[in-house]
Amino acid sequence: MNNGIYGIEIAWLDAVIRLHIIVGLMTVVVMGLIYVERKVLARFQQRLGPTRTGPAGLLQSVADGLKLVGKEDLRPRNADPWTFELAPYMVFIPVFLGFVIVPFAFGMQVRILELGLIYFVATSSLGIIGWVMAGWGSDNRYAMIGGMRAAAQGISYELPLVLSLISVAMVSQSFNLNDIVLSQSTYPNLLWQPLVLVIFIIAGLAELNRTPFDIPVGESEVVGGPFVEYSGIRWSFFFLAEYAALFIMGLIFAAVFMGGWAWPLGEELGRGWQILLVTVKTSLFIFLIFWIRASVPRLRIDQLMAFSWKILLPLTFVQVLINGAVLVYDAPLWILTITGLVGIVVLVRLIERAVRPSPAVNSEFVSVGNEGAS
Amino acid sequence: MVIESAPDFETQDLLINVGPQHPSTHGVFRMILEVDGEIVKDLIPHIGYLHRGAEKLCENNDFRQGVGYMDRTEYLASHNAELSYVMAVEALAELEVPERAQWIRMILCELNRLSSHFMFLGAFGVDVGVFGTPFIYAWREREALIDLFEEISGDRMMYAYFRAGGLAWEVPGNFEERVREVLVSTRQGMKDFDNLLTRNEIFLARTKNVGIISAEDAIELGMSGPTLRASGVPLDIRKSEPYMYYDQIDFEVPIGTNGDVFDRYLVRLKEMEQSVSIIEQCLERLNDGPIMPERMPRMLRLPEGQEVYIRTEAPRGEYGIYLVSKGGNKPWRLKVRSACLSNLQALRKMSVGQYVADAIIILGSIDIVLSEVDR
Repeated sequence: MNNGIYGIEIAWLDAVIRLHIIVGLMTVVVMGLIYVERKVLARFQQRLGPTRTGPAGLLQSVADGLKLVGKEDLRPRNADPWTFELAPYMVFIPVFLGFVIVPFAFGMQVRILELGLIYFVATSSLGIIGWVMAGWGSDNRYAMIGGMRAAAQGISYELPLVLSLISVAMVSQSFNLNDIVLSQSTYPNLLWQPLVLVIFIIAGLAELNRTPFDIPVGESEVVGGPFVEYSGIRWSFFFLAEYAALFIMGLIFAAVFMGGWAWPLGEELGRGWQILLVTVKTSLFIFLIFWIRASVPRLRIDQLMAFSWKILLPLTFVQVLINGAVLVYDAPLWILTITGLVGIVVLVRLIERAVRPSPAVNSEFVSVGNEGAS
Repeated sequence: MVIESAPDFETQDLLINVGPQHPSTHGVFRMILEVDGEIVKDLIPHIGYLHRGAEKLCENNDFRQGVGYMDRTEYLASHNAELSYVMAVEALAELEVPERAQWIRMILCELNRLSSHFMFLGAFGVDVGVFGTPFIYAWREREALIDLFEEISGDRMMYAYFRAGGLAWEVPGNFEERVREVLVSTRQGMKDFDNLLTRNEIFLARTKNVGIISAEDAIELGMSGPTLRASGVPLDIRKSEPYMYYDQIDFEVPIGTNGDVFDRYLVRLKEMEQSVSIIEQCLERLNDGPIMPERMPRMLRLPEGQEVYIRTEAPRGEYGIYLVSKGGNKPWRLKVRSACLSNLQALRKMSVGQYVADAIIILGSIDIVLSEVDR
């Protein structure tokens, strides 16, 4: 099944080499992502972003990293030492574990797991424990509120995320990421599952704690949430984990919905082209997330919970049921496209109804002319 | 089997200290939130971290020097703060301000209202949770306005440009073109904000029906300005007691209906449109002439035993100056009636029972300037 890309037959040595490649790749990519996010957000906001460190500010992340390493490692006196110091690793390791199953190109992943998607979901949800540990161990009330929010949010959005991945797996008829990619060599899954795609992006945003779901770290409310007491290298671990999680979510998006390296140029492509395809698709997702960050406010915790339990979860359940019916009775797949599009319309209508009691914002608004004012 | 009763646990509400060094307290405001989970049960505001004794300082400086202290009470709308002060001095000294000076003052005050409201929009956007975008948008427009102020007065925030009797010096020759030029970008900036926030689903969800205060409560608490008008009370001192030449200008007073955070936002946005139109009307009426009265004493001395209270409509509400003179070239007593201090009284009433995140945006929607609250 897995014969090693470089002709290395010893399974554990092969795995170790691949993991090292992943670690290096992840660090570089995270640094790149931080730079790109700063540049992209700056463009959205009519700024320049980093320009001074290296050509076009390219070395900004390196400079930041050096600064963080040089900082004093502080621990509040009343903090729980074990919980406080282990929390960064508890956030970081699960994210890192997720990379084991991600296919970058044909045959390019650490391991092909038959239940790859389930494995991804399982590892990514472990990170919440680290958040709660950080919140509880810091002995800080902002951190505690942030940790509790993270727990509530993580548990709520895990369900739509899992269900959306399950419904894609139903269409692809596999939990193995490699098979899922291969099954999309002619048509990508986003064609059959548009609603699930939208829900995946929303739930992914919440899972990553990115705007508009950055409630646990909401800077204007809880000032960084669980991370408020962290400094230096420990804090940078959280940062690393955050961007690595973003990267991995983009890769999953590319593999599960966009056909990974197989679509649209077929699976007999050279490895370089495959990697390029995956990179482009992943970048698309990441750019979308940056774009959202630049343009929308933060939700409130009760709205976030209501949105997950009352809107997203029922819709994903319905989609799973429809998927089941279509697959059991061998109905043509385009039915799924139509139901998915209808589902998106329903989703938009539900959001609109929840928010806008009146048809237009300005109709309630009056101005008093010269005579009316007292 | 006997089930033993659980040990007596007591549920305590959590006290959270917000400020004085918190990103969303707009300076050094401090509030202690008593929260049950995410719900605010009680809110105790603490002010005074920025008390400098500006009023007392004014008593030891002559009337021209006092203008500088007024700048620093309301640093986001210094022209408006200066205006109340110089009008109070003029009322006691019975000075007649030349027409040109009045028009220029009106233009500058309205421009200052624009820059102050831009500051509100930007900070409010960040409070609601947009990462930086509204702040930079606001900063861009405010920068253009502040550049204009700098060209006129030589300073970007503490203008000290108004004098009892008129203005410190004549405006630059290209004043009119520059104002018209800035208004173009201001219009565009307001449109950008409208596009970015007003119809944004999440923004509406966050701000609608949050922090409601009824018209009666708002009046009882002594609120004024946009925060009062958002509750549906059409009180604008520019209309009710026109000073300068506001009675010659055609403008409307936008009022809200709900008195929630969204209305307070929208009232300010609409008010800015009115300000732009006021400035354009003022520019049409601006003519040549002196900017100081012909006979000004070298040292201004006020008559003895007189007092006056002058109030004007500053961006945050009624900015009043109570001035008592006992002769001489210094005020015997000066009291600033701060709009922010009165508006801030409503914070507790608006926030109790709301979520923690709401308390933050409610504070943001009041748009306080701490140096005016504490003085």
